[in-house]
Amino acid sequence: MQITMRGISKAFGPVRVLEGVDFTLAAGEIHALMGENGAGKSTLMKILCGVYQADAGTLTIDGAPVTIRNTTDAEALGIAIIHQELNLIPQLSVMENLFLGREPQRLGIVDSRRMRAEASEWLALVGAGQIDPAAEAGSLSIGQQQLVEIAKALSLNAQVLIMDEPTAALTEREIETLFAIMADLKNRGVAIVYVSHRMEEIFAVCDRISVLRDGRFAGERVIAQTGFDEIVRLMVGREIGDRFPRRAAQPGALRLQVRELADDGNIAGISFEVRAGEVLGVAGLMGAGRSEILKTLFGVNRKTHGDIVLDGVALQASNPAAAIAAGIGFVTEDRKSQGLVLGMSVRENATLVHLDEYASAGIVNSRAERAAVNQLIADLHIRTRDAELDVKSLSGGNQQKVVFAKWLAQPPKVLLLDEPTRGVDVGGKAEIYHIINRLAAAGTAIVMVSSELPEVLAMSDRILVMHQGRQAGVFDAATATQESIMTAATGGN
Amino acid sequence: MTPQQKATLQKLGPFIALLIVSVGLSVMSPDFLTVGNLMNVLRQVSINALIAFGMTLVILLGGIDLSVGSILAVSSVLTAMLMKAGCDPLLATLIGIAIGALMGSINGLVIAKGKVAPFIATLGMMTVLRGLSLVFSNGSPITGFHSDFFSLLGGGYIAGLMPIPVVWTLLMFGVFWFVLKKTVFGRHVYATGGNAEAARLSGVKTDRMQIGVYTLSGTMAAMAGVVLTSRLNSAQPTAGAGYELDAIAAVVLGGTSLTGGRGWIFGTLVGALLIGVLNNGLNLMGVSSFYQQVIKGVVILLAVLLDRAGKK
Repeated sequence: MQITMRGISKAFGPVRVLEGVDFTLAAGEIHALMGENGAGKSTLMKILCGVYQADAGTLTIDGAPVTIRNTTDAEALGIAIIHQELNLIPQLSVMENLFLGREPQRLGIVDSRRMRAEASEWLALVGAGQIDPAAEAGSLSIGQQQLVEIAKALSLNAQVLIMDEPTAALTEREIETLFAIMADLKNRGVAIVYVSHRMEEIFAVCDRISVLRDGRFAGERVIAQTGFDEIVRLMVGREIGDRFPRRAAQPGALRLQVRELADDGNIAGISFEVRAGEVLGVAGLMGAGRSEILKTLFGVNRKTHGDIVLDGVALQASNPAAAIAAGIGFVTEDRKSQGLVLGMSVRENATLVHLDEYASAGIVNSRAERAAVNQLIADLHIRTRDAELDVKSLSGGNQQKVVFAKWLAQPPKVLLLDEPTRGVDVGGKAEIYHIINRLAAAGTAIVMVSSELPEVLAMSDRILVMHQGRQAGVFDAATATQESIMTAATGGN
Repeated sequence: MTPQQKATLQKLGPFIALLIVSVGLSVMSPDFLTVGNLMNVLRQVSINALIAFGMTLVILLGGIDLSVGSILAVSSVLTAMLMKAGCDPLLATLIGIAIGALMGSINGLVIAKGKVAPFIATLGMMTVLRGLSLVFSNGSPITGFHSDFFSLLGGGYIAGLMPIPVVWTLLMFGVFWFVLKKTVFGRHVYATGGNAEAARLSGVKTDRMQIGVYTLSGTMAAMAGVVLTSRLNSAQPTAGAGYELDAIAAVVLGGTSLTGGRGWIFGTLVGALLIGVLNNGLNLMGVSSFYQQVIKGVVILLAVLLDRAGKK
C-alpha cells in the first residue's frame, strides 16, 4: 500500500497550519515525521486519519484518489492512530476494549469465550501474550496499554499505523519491546508513521524521515544518508549551534544536603549533596523513584525518614507552600496537569507562585505585576503576542518557559526539574538549557530528573542513578557514559 | 470578528439578553418601566443576588453549595429567637450571620479535609440544617420581635425610594468584584478552580481556599436570611427552600462555568436580574405561576444552550 499526500493545506480560521505539504508512505517502512512544536505534524496526521478535512490537496492510495471524510472512512482503509494520550477505557477489561463496539455475539449476547480467545491471539501477535485479556485496562502499565492499542489497530486490519510520541511514557525495556514489535510489523508490510522528538530513536528505528517547518514541507531524507545536523537544519531552518550549551559557573557553597531520605514505600536510603551553581542529574528507569525524590523534597509526598538540610538549616516542609517559602522551586513533569492553569493567561500563570511580591495587604498592584511579567517574557524569550493571551495558545516549548517563569520571579535556592524538556522541540530545548545554565550561574542548586540520557550527561555536573527506589550510585558526569548509567539503572554493577 | 471581540460579545451575552427581555416587557406591559416597579424588582432580586455572589466563588472553585437555603433558614430562626428573648437586635443580627459563616466553614472543612464531594457534603448540611431550623422553631414561624433597627435592614428605604436590601446588594457586588479582580485571594480562587493540582504545587493553600470560599458562601446566605426575616418581620423554618437552585441558575446564566476556573461576578448580578425581571414581567402580565415555572426553566436552558453554541 502506497499513500501519497500532495499539496495538503489546512487553516483554522485565519491561522494557516499547513500549506502545500507533501507526504508519502510506503508499505513496510517506518517513516519518521519531525518538526518543531506547532509545525503541523499532528494536523497532517489528523487529516490522514479523518479527524480533520484538508482545505486543499489530494490523497491517493496505490495511485487511486480517495477522500477520507471521517475516522470511519480511515478505519475502512486500514489507517489507525495510536494517540499519545491512550484511549482505552480504564474500567473495562482488555478484551472489552479490544472489541468495543464490535463485540462477538451469539443471539445478541456477548460471546465472552470467543472474545477472550480472539483477544489472546491479537495480544500474542504484538508480543503481549502475557497480558490477561480479562484484566482491567487501567491496571496495566502505560507500555502494556500501548501494546493493547496496537493489537486493537491490527485487529481492525490496519495497514497504516500512526504513532504519536509512543515512547514518551515508556521505560527503556518497554521501548525495546515496542521497537521489536515495530520491526516485526514492518516485515509484515505494515507502514508506520513515527512522530517523535527523540532524535536517537528516529535514527535507531526509522527508514525515512519527513520534516515539516512552519506548516510547510521542509524535506524528506533517507535515514541512512542523513545526520543529526541536517535534520535539525531542516527543522529550524538554521544551525542551532551547540545542542547542549556549556556552563561556565564553578560550584559554590553547599546548598542542599539530603541524608537517608525515605517516603512511604517508593524510595529509601537516598543521600546526596548539591552545591550552589551545580546541576545534579537524576537518571533511572521509569518507576525507579526519580520523581518521588523531588516530590518528597517539595512536601508533596510524605517524608518518613531522613534529613533535608537547606543552607545549613534543617527543612521540615510538609506541603508545597512550606517548601516554596524555604526557597525550593519545582518544575513538574506534566505541565498541562500540574504546571499550568490552562484557562488562565500567560501573566496569571507566570505570577502564580510569587503573586505576593506584587501585592500589599492582599491587593495586587497590576502595574508592578505587568512590568515583572514583561521582564520575564523578555528574559526567557517567551514567544507570545501578549501576556494576556491564554497560556494554552502557546507552543509546548513556550508553555514550558512559562512554567520556568513561575519560579524565576524570585530565583529559588534549589530548583527541582522533572523532565524539563519533555515534548519540547529542539530549538526550545536549547533555550531551556540556557535558562538552566543561567540559573546555576546565579547560584541556584539544580536537581534535574530526565529520561534522556544525552541530556543528563551533558547538562549535569554529577548524576545520581536510581534503581528500584534505591540509589545505585552517584557518577561524575565528566567520566560517566550512557552505558555505565544504564548498567547501574538496570541493577548491574 | 477577532477572537477577542467574539469573547467579549460572548461575555456580554447575558447582559444583552437582559436588555432584550426588559425592552420586550416594557412594550408588553405599561407598568413594567416605572420607577416603583423597577425598585420592586431590585428588592426582590436582592436575596437571590446576595446568595448567588457567594455561590459564584464556590462554583469558580469547581464546587457547589446546596446548603445555602437551609443556612438562610437556620440563621433566620436563631436571629429571631435571640431577639424575642431580648437580645440586642444588632448583636442578634451579627450572631445570625456568624452562624452562617460557621456552617459554611464546616462545609469547607468536610470538603477540604474530609475529601467529601461538595455536592454530598452540602447536601448533608442542607438536610441537617433544615431539620435543625424546624427543631429550634418547633415547626412554626417566629414572630413578635419588633425592632425599628431590624425592620430597617430588609424593609427600609433610602430617600424613600431605594430599598435598603438593594444597597446591600450593590455594596456586596462591589466587594466581590474587587476581591475577584484585584486580590491575591481572588486570583487563587480562579487558579484553584482552573487546576487545583497546579495551584497547590505553586504554593496555593488550596485547602484554605475551599474553607474560605464555603465560609463566604454561608455568610452570604445568612446575610440574605437577615434581609428576608427583616422584610417579612417573621422567621420561617421553611424559608429558603429551593433558593440554592435559583442562585445556581443566576451564576450559570451569568456565564460562570460549572467546571470551575472561569466566570465573573458581574455575570451573576445580570443572571439574578434576568430571573427577577422575568418573574416580575410574567406577574405583571398575569401569567399563571404554573406557567411561570415552565417559562423560567425554558429560558435557563435556552441561555445555556446559546452559550454552548457560541463557544463552538
